[in-house]
Amino acid sequence: MQAVSKKVLDRARELMRDGTVSRVAGWKAGEFFYDCEPALFETEESLKDLVYNRFCAANLSKFLITNDIASVADRGRTLVLLKPCDTYSFNQLLTEHRLSRDNVYILGVGCEGMCDVDRIRALGIKGITGVDESEDGKKLTVRTLYGDGEIDVDGVLVNKCETCKGKAHKIFDELISDNEEEGPRGDRFECVRELESMAPAERFAFWQKELSKCIRCNACRNACPACSCRKCVFDNNASGIASKANTDSFEEKLFHIIRAFHVAGRCTDCGECSRVCPQGIPLHLFNRKYIKDINEFYGEFAAGEEAGQRGPLISFEAGDREPNSVSDKGGD
Amino acid sequence: MPVNENVNADNGSAAEAQATETKQWKPRIVAFCCNWCSYAGADLAGSSRLSYPAEIKIIRVPCSCRVNPTFILKAFERGADGVIICGCHPGDCHYSTGNYYARRRMALLFSMLDYIGVERGRTRVEWVSAAEGARFSQVMNDFAKKISELGENVKVGDLRCRQ
Repeated sequence: MQAVSKKVLDRARELMRDGTVSRVAGWKAGEFFYDCEPALFETEESLKDLVYNRFCAANLSKFLITNDIASVADRGRTLVLLKPCDTYSFNQLLTEHRLSRDNVYILGVGCEGMCDVDRIRALGIKGITGVDESEDGKKLTVRTLYGDGEIDVDGVLVNKCETCKGKAHKIFDELISDNEEEGPRGDRFECVRELESMAPAERFAFWQKELSKCIRCNACRNACPACSCRKCVFDNNASGIASKANTDSFEEKLFHIIRAFHVAGRCTDCGECSRVCPQGIPLHLFNRKYIKDINEFYGEFAAGEEAGQRGPLISFEAGDREPNSVSDKGGD
Repeated sequence: MPVNENVNADNGSAAEAQATETKQWKPRIVAFCCNWCSYAGADLAGSSRLSYPAEIKIIRVPCSCRVNPTFILKAFERGADGVIICGCHPGDCHYSTGNYYARRRMALLFSMLDYIGVERGRTRVEWVSAAEGARFSQVMNDFAKKISELGENVKVGDLRCRQ
């Protein structure tokens, strides 16, 4: 990954210098080197802060539309660094006409899985000052205030990378990657099936426990590339569920079910919701449930596979299955 | 005075009703009926003197696809024990295709409700035409029976609505 990283940073500088792009949407380190956050670089000098490392998990597709970068033509093109999974979100936004393809120059960047600093900490490692990667990218040497230690990358991957959808970029202008085109890794619906096999009361208890942690910070909504409405139903004060403390146990469920429902058929399973949740709620389980159901009921569908697809919830067939027959768990 | 007597009589019967309610639980069911088929079906059931349970509260909507998932979740939040959506038979929608979209949405939403622990039997979609008064009555009786069997939906109710 270090080799790719260097090539990416060099290429970004080059494109900026020769005027192909007038700004770069990338990542920069926050307070700590592992707090990589989306950032916009408008000048060549500022590019010294651009980074691409194991902690650049943020999906920059949403960053493009939150900042309206890609919708204004006369400001020149924007270079955006997209990992394979981020390209699905980009395609989906293109499908929904949220950005203009001509204003964006996509540099597809290779990815070997991103690391979650919380998972490194969970191994009991404190005072992290730096991380070095082994040649094959399978081991990390973590430098800390108390000495160095070696860990397996596989043990500290971000949740979404554990079941990677594959290393192929779905859309790009240029590619810098040394990944072989790997297929999906693991079964991303295993966790959904596990929940489904529980009794209704157990499922209820599981979600009650998880969702009671919700503080309604709206991070899941704000980071989600599919949640791209300019006006959100949850910002409506009359909705009765807008930005306030929960008054009862059902409210978080309502919020999360509706949030997931609004992106059903458009969610690319990029995993940003779970990654940004400060309370560690496994929100991807909602999205994956919808994706799994859609695949089962209406045929395999991967949002963002290509631009211009017609989503399953805005189409129908006369012979669709009846809602009453969708499940026989717990009820009739 | 007659007026006061009336008020007292009302209070008395309300208190009585409350007392019986605590003794015997009755399901609360919300039915979303489309204006063009199912609501007219309900009308026909009424004018044909066919009965359906009084616990079923009908909400008229222009089309079954007008039913926003939030409506259903809100109904459960406010203490509903079951929610049923009735629309025109597939192919007969007044707006041509509304019920096809509703069918997909509800299939996903009900599956999700089941996933979070609201039993599958508490949600239902039925197609009832304006000519099917008898079917309307039968569907509603069936559904009310099913909900009575499942019992009170204590899990999702807002406690404040159950004083």
